[in-house]
Amino acid sequence: MNRVTQAPAPAADRPAPAAGGGRRAASRPRSGQWAAWAFLAPVVVYLLVFYAYPLYRNVELSLRHYTVRSFVQGDAPFTGFANYAEVLGDATFGPALWHTAVFTLVSLAFQFTIGLALAMFFLKNFRLSAVLRALFLVPWLLPLIVSSSTWSWMFNSDSGVVNAVLGAFGAEPVHWLTSPDWSLWSVTIANIWIGVPFNLVVLYSGLQAIDPAIHEAAALDGAAGWQRFWKVTFPLLRPVSAVTLLLGLVYTLKVFDIIWIMTRGGPSGSSTTFATWSYRLGFGNLLPAFGPGAAVGNLLIVMALFFGLVYIRVQRKQSLS
Amino acid sequence: MTDARRWGKTAIGLVLTGVMLFPVYWMINVSFTREQDMRKSPPSWFPVKGTLEGYRAALDQQLPYLGISLVVGLGTVALTLLVATPAAYSLAKLRPRGGGTLSFVLLIAQMIPGIIMAMGFYAIFLNVGMLNTVTGLIVADSTLAAPFAVLILTTFMSGIPEELMQAARVDGAGTVRTFWSIIVPVSRNSIITVSLFAFLWAWSDFVFASTLDQGGAFQPITLGIYHYIGNNNQQWNAIMATAVIASIPTAVLLVIAQRYVAAGVTAGAVKS
Repeated sequence: MNRVTQAPAPAADRPAPAAGGGRRAASRPRSGQWAAWAFLAPVVVYLLVFYAYPLYRNVELSLRHYTVRSFVQGDAPFTGFANYAEVLGDATFGPALWHTAVFTLVSLAFQFTIGLALAMFFLKNFRLSAVLRALFLVPWLLPLIVSSSTWSWMFNSDSGVVNAVLGAFGAEPVHWLTSPDWSLWSVTIANIWIGVPFNLVVLYSGLQAIDPAIHEAAALDGAAGWQRFWKVTFPLLRPVSAVTLLLGLVYTLKVFDIIWIMTRGGPSGSSTTFATWSYRLGFGNLLPAFGPGAAVGNLLIVMALFFGLVYIRVQRKQSLS
Repeated sequence: MTDARRWGKTAIGLVLTGVMLFPVYWMINVSFTREQDMRKSPPSWFPVKGTLEGYRAALDQQLPYLGISLVVGLGTVALTLLVATPAAYSLAKLRPRGGGTLSFVLLIAQMIPGIIMAMGFYAIFLNVGMLNTVTGLIVADSTLAAPFAVLILTTFMSGIPEELMQAARVDGAGTVRTFWSIIVPVSRNSIITVSLFAFLWAWSDFVFASTLDQGGAFQPITLGIYHYIGNNNQQWNAIMATAVIASIPTAVLLVIAQRYVAAGVTAGAVKS
């Protein structure tokens, strides 16, 4: 996959394709470049119109004071970083930051650990292992509204199956989605469930890439079980683990659907992250606050891009080595 | 001995898969549960007194939503392929100057949270009158898949042997002809994979639907379920029946393109 991120080789010493008609026969390499960029034109236009422009509008939203009227008419006054100041000073900021951190880190820790354990388990082929591995992908491929609403019903305080099982062991019913003490944990559990397959698949392919001879050598040296895992497998898997965790981090920071569908960030903000906060400001109220909403969104972008760039750096370093 | 051990592992594997897929089972179980058994304690673990009333209600009320989702999904696939396939061909085989930068931009584009794109799209669509339209939703949904599609197709197309293209060139085929008659047919499998993912993501999209299409007459199935949860939270068999129906594309993807799914997940995450 490293080809995707590496710059292609210079085009100088390569026979030029015959497109572009005969007009440019004199300068063949350049006609090759024309053809190459002609094929890229749709995606470039697409990126400019459907990525760059919305992002630009988003930045613009965050720098102006919008009301519903000026949103339609487009004459909102420029207010600089007032929206950002408002957001940073908001009582929601601290909790939202904390919830985002807890949600992301706890999700990652469990997704990675469970994913790695399962990848180790599936590494040695056994009967049905391919089929079962494929079935493990289901949570990751289900539409989020499907998984979120299923978990909502399972977590229902009165009739949910989770409380029914807990009750069978004599535990008191837990108000998973309606108590401020539990809502963040409930959405985190659902998110862990959704993210395990991704970790399993990536780590499994990472494990497969490790030369079996290394394990045999370690086994001959008397390293067994846990020791072999910690001293041999885990260090060898570190590059893949780093990439998995960083990519998972970028994905988890932007999780919105699950939280919004299950709790809407509530009750009383107890499961509000940056993503749901931004949505609530922009779309969740009768009177939309687009400016602050966009400001929160841009803070989220900065976070995602920071870790995204770290991810790309790590991955490039690995493909070069 | 070893045989017994292998079956032992299979047994453990079955149990683990069962635990992992329990929510999916529960969704199916609830979708068949009768209204009066819904709040029974303890819940019925198997739909022994199963009913189809949930599915009847779902098909009665959700069919238009499913139709819209189908249209949006197919539209998204078309737009994604239109943009991504030529670009991937160029990046993989024509070596454009600046191609590396473009790949980098696409990688970054994949990481932008959907909710932020939604806000920008909302502002734009409001001004050009594209809010609550199927076209608008197709455009927005395609941003979920387009960068991924270019990157994946580029990787697959890079593997197409140069000789094949040279042979085409010798036969007098131009760049366009080579693309259309050689590259596209040879890349059929990867194009199908990308299409399935693009369809699934458009079908599953909730962020764009709930922001750009919340007041429209044409709403996708994700909003259908969302309204269902909000409006009649008594009829959980109908909600779960709709959820089961909404999961059909997932099942299709897994059955048709199982090995490509794994490739799609790992793409860009692990060096080959």
